[in-house]
Formats: sequence, C-alpha cells, structure tokens
Amino acid sequence: MWERIYTVLLKEFRSVLRDPRMRMVILVLPVVQTLIFGYAVSLDVRHVRLGVLDSDQTPASRALVARFAGSSYFDVVAFPRNETEARRLIDASDTAAILQIDAGYEGDLHGGRTAAAQLIVDGSDSNTARFVVNYASVIAATYDSAIVLDRVMRQAGHTVPVGGIDLQPRAWFNADLESRNYYVPGIIANLVMLVSLMLTSMAIVREKEAGTIEQIMVTPIRPVEFILGKCAPFAVIGFLNVAMVALVGLYWFAIPLRGSFALLLLGTAFFLLSTLGIGLFISTVSQTQQQAMMTTFFFFFPAMLFSGFIFPIANMPTVIQWLSLGDPLRYFLIIIRGIFLKGIGWSLLWTQFASLFVIGAIVMTFAVKRFHKTL
Amino acid sequence: MKLRRLWAVARKESLHVRRDPRSLVLALGIPMLMLLMFGYALTLDVDHVPFVVWDQSGTPQSRDLLARFTASRYFDFRGAVGNYRGLEQAIDRRDADLGLIIPPEFARDLDAGRAAALQAVLDGSDSNTASIILGYTQGIATGYNQGVMLAQIRRATGTSPPTALDLRTRIWFNPDLESRNFIVPGIMAVIMGLIAALLTSLTIAREWERGTMEQLISTPVRPAELILGKLLPYLGIGMLDMVIAVLMAVFLFHVPLRGSIALLFFVAGVFMVGTLAQGILISTLARQQLLASQVAMISTFLPAFLLSGFAFAIGNMPAAVQVITYIVPARYFVAFVKGIFLRGVGVSTLWPEILFLVVFALVVAGASIVFTAKKLR
Repeated sequence: MWERIYTVLLKEFRSVLRDPRMRMVILVLPVVQTLIFGYAVSLDVRHVRLGVLDSDQTPASRALVARFAGSSYFDVVAFPRNETEARRLIDASDTAAILQIDAGYEGDLHGGRTAAAQLIVDGSDSNTARFVVNYASVIAATYDSAIVLDRVMRQAGHTVPVGGIDLQPRAWFNADLESRNYYVPGIIANLVMLVSLMLTSMAIVREKEAGTIEQIMVTPIRPVEFILGKCAPFAVIGFLNVAMVALVGLYWFAIPLRGSFALLLLGTAFFLLSTLGIGLFISTVSQTQQQAMMTTFFFFFPAMLFSGFIFPIANMPTVIQWLSLGDPLRYFLIIIRGIFLKGIGWSLLWTQFASLFVIGAIVMTFAVKRFHKTL
Repeated sequence: MKLRRLWAVARKESLHVRRDPRSLVLALGIPMLMLLMFGYALTLDVDHVPFVVWDQSGTPQSRDLLARFTASRYFDFRGAVGNYRGLEQAIDRRDADLGLIIPPEFARDLDAGRAAALQAVLDGSDSNTASIILGYTQGIATGYNQGVMLAQIRRATGTSPPTALDLRTRIWFNPDLESRNFIVPGIMAVIMGLIAALLTSLTIAREWERGTMEQLISTPVRPAELILGKLLPYLGIGMLDMVIAVLMAVFLFHVPLRGSIALLFFVAGVFMVGTLAQGILISTLARQQLLASQVAMISTFLPAFLLSGFAFAIGNMPAAVQVITYIVPARYFVAFVKGIFLRGVGVSTLWPEILFLVVFALVVAGASIVFTAKKLR
C-alpha cells in the first residue's frame, strides 16, 4: 500500500514541478506576493494630502494652516489660488481635502467674533474621508479652545485654570497600531489557501481532461491510496509555503512571533486538511480545468472576505456571521494571528483547532465518498 | 486579415463557451456574487463600538462624560465593570472593543482645573478598527474638554465667551460617507480582471494541451484573426457582466451615476480588451493550463484587488509599491469608474487614465499576436 501511495506521490510531484516555470510559481511567487501585499494591504490613513485655499493671507490664517500642517495626519501639498483650481484638485484626486479660509478671517478672530473656515472633503473614499472629518474637527476644537482661553485671559487679566481630560490610549497586542502586524499573518493564510486549493482542484481534473485517469484506474491502486498520493505533495508545498512566507513576515516585516512555531505548523496541518478536502471535492465535480478553476474561485473569494481577513466579522449581517462559521479560514486566521501577535497557546486556541478539525473531517469524508462514485 | 476567418474563430470559441454552461453561469454568477457581497455584507464602517467602563470616580462629572459616549451613535454601552480584571476579560473575550478607565481623582482634578486622566484600553490587533475607535474617542474627549473649559470660564468671569473658530465641513460626492458608494464602483475593475484571469487565460493553453493547436495551425487562419476571434466571445461576456454590474450598482445599491454612461461603457470595453488580451498572452506563453491559471491569477486578479486602490488607498503604500501600481491597468480603471460614478467628471479630467488604458490594450493585444505568430512558425 505505502509503495503505491509513494508512486503516485512521486508522479504528482514530478508532474507539478517538472516545468521550471511552475517551480517558480509555487516556490518564489508566494514570497514576492507577501512582500508586495504586505505593503499594499492597509487601511491606515496617514499623511492625508491637503490643499489650502487661503484668501485671507494673514498671520492668523497662516497660524490655522500651521495647525493642520503641524499635525502628523495632514500634509499640505497644494495652494490653489481660487475655487476653480481647488475644485480641479479634488476632481483629479490630487488632494483628499481642501481647507478654505475666506478673506476677513483675521478680522473676525481679532474682533472677538466667530471666525469661519471651511473644509471640503472628497467623500468618494469614505474610509479616508471619515478620518479627515474626525481629525480636522479635533484640530479645530483644540485650536478654538486655545484662542477662547487666550481671549478670556487677556480680558480678565489673570489666568483661569482650565483642566480637561488627558486621554491616555493603550492599544494591547499592537501598541503602535501597526496594520502590517495584523495583515501579514492574514496574507500568509490566504496565500496558502489559494495555492493549495488551486493545485488540488486542478490535479485530478487534469488527468480527466488528458484521459490519463483511465490508465490509473486499470492499475491495482485503490482510491484512498490515489487520493493520499495526490494530496501529499500539495500538503508538503503548503507547509513549505507557510514556512517561507512566515520567515518573510518575521525577518522582512519584523512581525513579532510571540507564540509557538510548532503550534503554528500544527494549525497549518489542520487547515490544510480542509483546503485539500475542498480542492479534492471541486476536482470531482468539475469536468475541465476551467470549471475547476472557476469553482475554486467561487469558493475562495467569499471564504477570504467573510473570514475577517480585512472586514471585521462583527460588522457583517447576522446571516453572514453564521455562514462564516463554516469558513475554515476564519479559524486559521484566529490561530495564526493569535500565535503571532498575542502569543496565546493551546488553552485559548483549542476551540479553533477543534472547529478546523471538524470542518476538515467532514469535507474530506465527503470528497473521498464523492470520488469513489465518480470512479 | 479576413473578417470571415476571424468570425469563424469567434464562432468556434463561442461554441466552446456554450458547450460548457457551468463555466458560463459562473462567469456571470461570480461578478453578481462579488457585488452582492460588497454591497450588503462587507463594510469598512465602524459603528456601534461595544465598550465597557470601570468608573472609579462615580461622580456627576464622570457620568456626564459617559453620557457623551452612550449618546454617540459610534458607541454601544455594554456595562460597567468593577475592577481591572473585568475590563481585561471583556476585551480578551471580545465582548468589548474599548475599555474606559476613569480614575478615582477624576472629578477632583477637573474641578481644580488640572488635567484629569482618562485611560482608553483597546484591542490593537485590528489596527484599522482600533485607530478609528481611538479617533472617535479623541473626538468625544475634545468636545468634553471644550465644555469643561467654558464652564470654568463662566465660573471665573461670569460670562460665556463666543466660539472663536467655526470649522464647517462639506463632504463632496458622497455626503453620507457610505462605504458602499466607495467600494461598489471600484469592484467593477476587480471583476473585469477576474473574468480575464478565469476565461481567456486558459483558452489557448487548452488548445496546446489537447493538441488541437496543431489543427488550427494547419488552417489558413492568421495569428491576428486567431487572437481577435478568440477575444470576441469573451469580450461579449465581459460587457454583459459590466451591464449587470452597472444595473446592480444603480438600482440595487443606489450608487449615484453622475457621468456619461456611453463613456463608461466605451472605456470599460477598452479595459476589457486589454485585460483579456493579457490573459491570452499568458495562455500563449504558458501553453499549460495549470501554469497559465496561476500566472493569470497573480498578474490580473490580485493586483486588481490589492494594488488598484479600489479599497486600499494607494497614497498610504510605501513609495516602491506605489511605483508598481503605475503599471497596474486596474488602477486607471478604478480611478476612471469612480470619476464617472461619484464625481461626474468627463474626458477633460480623466484623459490620462483613458489614454493609458488605450495604449495598454493596443500593446498587449499586439504582443499576443506577435507571440502567437512566433509560436505558429
């Protein structure tokens, strides 16, 4: 039995890795992708590009601009001279917002009246716009308080003790709120899922399309042996990918690995059980490689997005939250993030392992049964 | 180039498509699924943040501060905890995303005009959500501080001073800041990239694998006829997807469509030709379906998803990655689609994007014809 499994395994390894370009795709590309995507996937908003339309051109108006420029959130990049120019900057997405100060600003301010300024925000990127609105209002409110207090002191001739809240944020697990720490482990999980799903789902269909499956059927090999031999190379490739990509995460992106690497590999094993099972299942229901690929994608895309990789599960509609309970990626993400960022171990993660195991066992059984039938 | 031969190839290819109804259903179903997912289920908006409080002060001042949090639509009060351990547990179990700690001397400090500490504990592992929550918290704290200051001044001088600075915010294009309006137009570019990856990347590799390429070579069909003929049926499917996507965006998700519809479809066609030709080029070079599918996925779908700026702002990426995005055609299409839908701008603003897409389509279609010619010889 082992000999037969070994033969299939060897054959599968050869047929996948025979083409040097394929070796590149499987072994080098995940690393390159992690590098690029590790930088690209981030919803952090920093250095918002701000344009300033200052029609007042006084020390007071420049002081307001300095408040924005001095904050780490805004970069003043353009000085449009009139509203048409300002409009063009926003239309062409050259700036995300325009601070507009009309003539008479300083007069109002020094006359003890309320001076008005306008902030025009490009709402089409709602994520950035939300951030801009929030921080601009914080900057304006802080500046307003400083001026009011200054006026009062000048009138009263003595200082007024004004306290207020001193907000002290403590972000656990990721003190600098570095989004890379959050996303890179997720990218590892996604890449492994995509590669293992695609390779397995194409593996059996390819033999069907080429007609070689008939030849295999007439050999003394048993279905279980065939499946084991077919899956094993992809499991090996999957492990290899996790290890390589994790190294990139650790040494290139300096993601902390606070937990146990062995536990991470164990989690990978549990996760691969379900992705290989799903790939196998897709392979049995598809007739051509094209169908296999599209079906894989039909599964992969929702699985990626409903897993909590980018979009928080808590914000999804209840039905989707239930659906995501069947998503193996969801559990693997909690495991991989937990091990990397929080350094938590078996005692807190065993439920995730159990869920992965249950999903994997069900999917595998189903795929193997289905495979028997198609033979 | 003879139109008759081109047409024959196109007919042969559409027969392939028709004989495989499942792929056709998936080619139309996947885009709808993606739009439904992004339109209904996936949102970047952070609302109703659950929070707990450890109020050691228990004074009118601390309750006043809490009232500001509970009144905000951004926060949902999930209860008070009696000690640090309780707060820790609430965050560990993800019952709360924010824990506020009000120290015992809170009211005393405030009344004395000193800075009163307010500790905000957040789960930082999801940094995006955490920084948004932090921003909201800061907003509330700033508002509260203004109130405190005015009260202090009234007590000291007996008058209430007027506001000094009034910053009025106007939000253009998407006044309610709906993330749906932001995501749905952009996702169209991702869908188009995907169709190219899933459909055309396999078409020529399949012919090589099955040996039918030899038969095609022995016919009088020329490379240009072969490529364009293969492209046509998929262009039809792609445009059908585009029509479905636009209809869903406008009528189901009520995304405003402010620009020219004709221009939208014209440029979508150009973008489709470019990405479909890219799929064919990959197919020609790979000659093997497994390889072609992997390369297509990596070179069309993933960049369109991650590097196009459809959800992840390009301006926040490091310079080296930003440079890479300049050769991602989806980047230009995303900018174009958002311009047409939300801003209602036209050729005068969007010409650089359109120009790039036209050049890209010509170059890639030309390249795939040249490479096919080489392989055929």
